[in-house]
Amino acid sequence: MAKLRQCAIYGKGGIGKSTTTQNLVSALAEAGKKVMIVGCDPKADSTRLILHSKAQTTVMHLAAEAGSVEDLELEDVMAIGFGGVKCVESGGPEPGVGCAGRGVITAINFLEEEGAYDEDLDFVFYDVLGDVVCGGFAMPIRENKAQEIYIVVSGEMMAMYAANNIAKGIVKYANSGGVRLAGLICNSRKVDREDELITALAERLGTQMIHFVPRDNVVQHAEIRRMTVIEYDPKAKQADEYRALARKIIDNKKFVIPTPLEMEELEDLLMEFGIMEAEDESIVGKTAAEEACAA
Amino acid sequence: MTQLTREEAQALIQEVLEVYPEKAKKDRAKHLMVNDKTLESSKKCITSNRKSLPGVMTMRGCAYAGSKGVVWGPIKDMISISHGPIGCGQYSRAGRRAYYVGTTGVDTFGDMCFTSDFQEKDIVFGGDKKLAKLIEEIEMLFPLNKGISVQSECPIGLIGDDIEAVSKKMAAQIDKPVVPVRCEGFRGVSQSLGHHIANDSVRDWILPRYDSKKLESTPYDVAILGDYNIGGDAWASRILLEEMGLRVVAQWSGDGTLAEMENTPSVKINLLHCYRSMNYIARHMEEKFGIPWLEYNFFGPTKIAESLRAIAAHFDDRIKEGAERVIEKYTPMMNAVIAKYKPRLQGKKVLLYVGGLRPRHVVGAYEDLGMEVVGTGYEFAHNDDYDRTIKEMKDATLIYDDATGYELEKFVEATKPDLIGSGIKEKYVFHKMGVPFRQMHSWDYSGPYHGYDGFAIFARDMDMTVNNPCWKMLVPPWRKQAAEELKKAA
Repeated sequence: MAKLRQCAIYGKGGIGKSTTTQNLVSALAEAGKKVMIVGCDPKADSTRLILHSKAQTTVMHLAAEAGSVEDLELEDVMAIGFGGVKCVESGGPEPGVGCAGRGVITAINFLEEEGAYDEDLDFVFYDVLGDVVCGGFAMPIRENKAQEIYIVVSGEMMAMYAANNIAKGIVKYANSGGVRLAGLICNSRKVDREDELITALAERLGTQMIHFVPRDNVVQHAEIRRMTVIEYDPKAKQADEYRALARKIIDNKKFVIPTPLEMEELEDLLMEFGIMEAEDESIVGKTAAEEACAA
Repeated sequence: MTQLTREEAQALIQEVLEVYPEKAKKDRAKHLMVNDKTLESSKKCITSNRKSLPGVMTMRGCAYAGSKGVVWGPIKDMISISHGPIGCGQYSRAGRRAYYVGTTGVDTFGDMCFTSDFQEKDIVFGGDKKLAKLIEEIEMLFPLNKGISVQSECPIGLIGDDIEAVSKKMAAQIDKPVVPVRCEGFRGVSQSLGHHIANDSVRDWILPRYDSKKLESTPYDVAILGDYNIGGDAWASRILLEEMGLRVVAQWSGDGTLAEMENTPSVKINLLHCYRSMNYIARHMEEKFGIPWLEYNFFGPTKIAESLRAIAAHFDDRIKEGAERVIEKYTPMMNAVIAKYKPRLQGKKVLLYVGGLRPRHVVGAYEDLGMEVVGTGYEFAHNDDYDRTIKEMKDATLIYDDATGYELEKFVEATKPDLIGSGIKEKYVFHKMGVPFRQMHSWDYSGPYHGYDGFAIFARDMDMTVNNPCWKMLVPPWRKQAAEELKKAA
């Protein structure tokens, strides 16, 4: 049996990490792989398309009800969905209270202690909150956890900034724990020359654009039904895109310590592709009124 | 042998610094000095209230210890909640021997431990609901409590629990003050910041409740600030003030109550014993209510007489006469104490290392017994404390700030004191070195040491420690052979 591969999916908030992950995981399951998804986001929306549910009951909520995490059994927190995919959500507090990062740490420790990572599994995917705001959200990439990181990105400026920042975080843990950047997944926003741009960014980061996922309304149609495209419409062209992504990930051998860009390099790249205008020093700090006055 | 000369003391500091790595040496050098009485300010010769170095054995506590353990804890009719995981509350419970009268668990709560006992789920989901519930339960189980303070442990600051909002809501619900205190242990460099934060919370949440109509005041009303009634210290202090004709309307905070704190702005003068832990609130009351404050020292008859006269100077002749009457009344008793113990203690050397007040305040009491303080230092003093210390100590005395375990051992080896006065963390190290030791935080479960009554106990305790015959009976293993040979020869 092949060794368990643990992968973490990062990327700017709202970029489509959860949707991409679940479609990808469905494609892997369809190809006969045994997969588990661990949602590491207090919103707990990482498994809904697999389970056809609004939100899975989370480890932390069950722990709070039972008294402590030690009172839980693995079967209480794990649900099986489409294609036999195992689903777990770490869960956490509502916005503005408590410590969501600690929730991720507690939930992942619980899964390890309870033996959730059993020998039959081929893949574990961690779907992590957009910004690695504290140590808790870096938990999935610490030693002996995820070894491969995929960053979901698009051709928009802020998504690329975020990808570069995540790469910086990976460097830190790459040196201490052996985690590697495995590629950028471009989730298209139909920006001009998007694939060229992301390919160029990937090259600068020392990695690859592993797949370009085009934009297709069928993804939304499936989501409304709380389903992945693979399940909702297996014949759709988009389903093949996710299958292609799954195949590339199965065959992926390119794991690197990223070389993040300096802010200026990144801006140069964006200017090269016309996403950003060259900076005009003379307008910095000028209000509209001042500019009108000068003109 | 008398104390070290200036040159010897400076050489000792150099020798002690020698073992440190370069960076640590540079830092520690700033915290060690040889006293020079001519100095106006301590600024040039000692640095204080700075972060301790990693790797040294510091004796300091944390902000939570300063707020919960020192300032808020002794207020006997209020309940202090240790908000966070169980350890801080349990290990700080009843540890400071702040005596009080009352029925524990009914109308007084000093020795009890109240904690929100945080679990993993409280960290993740926040503890605000639990805190509200806890306050409700306290109110149901202990209805005679006069108010509640919420003492934050570290995780509260990390997860950002809104204890202010809960406190406001619950205060309205139970119609009693609920005081949120942001004294998370990681704040500041020692317990000192905890004192300050606690003082500020009294300023913001308790003093605004002052109602000038509530208490009929007299021209002789005073408050005792910064006396924690260790072993009954505050009681031994207030009888002197009362005997001279003053009315003590508040004790902060040993054997103190919420009502006393609320009424304090009615006093004519605030009398401040522990300057370090309560100067903040004294200064505030001066600014807001125009109440003057005066530092005093009730350790040993010399300082007591000085202090009584200084206090009396703020009042009319009746009080001035009262002070003289009190001094006169106790002088024969003090003379008898000194006559009994001074011959046994004369010339003995003392080395001190205490918190923020006693390293300078107890010097006079030792001197009354003919003893000599050869070294002194503070865990958490600031430079205004050292300004005061320079005046109090003899020239060429060793002074050390936030001393490390290593430094204290070396200082003891070199100065060979007959007595060390410090805390429980230091005690057994020095016992093992065969040096008589007194705990000067807890009075070694004795006390009081304040006031005239306290001095009699102080003198007896020092005598029975310094002149305890046990030290002569102990033969360490490496001297066993010599001792046996000596026996045979005899």
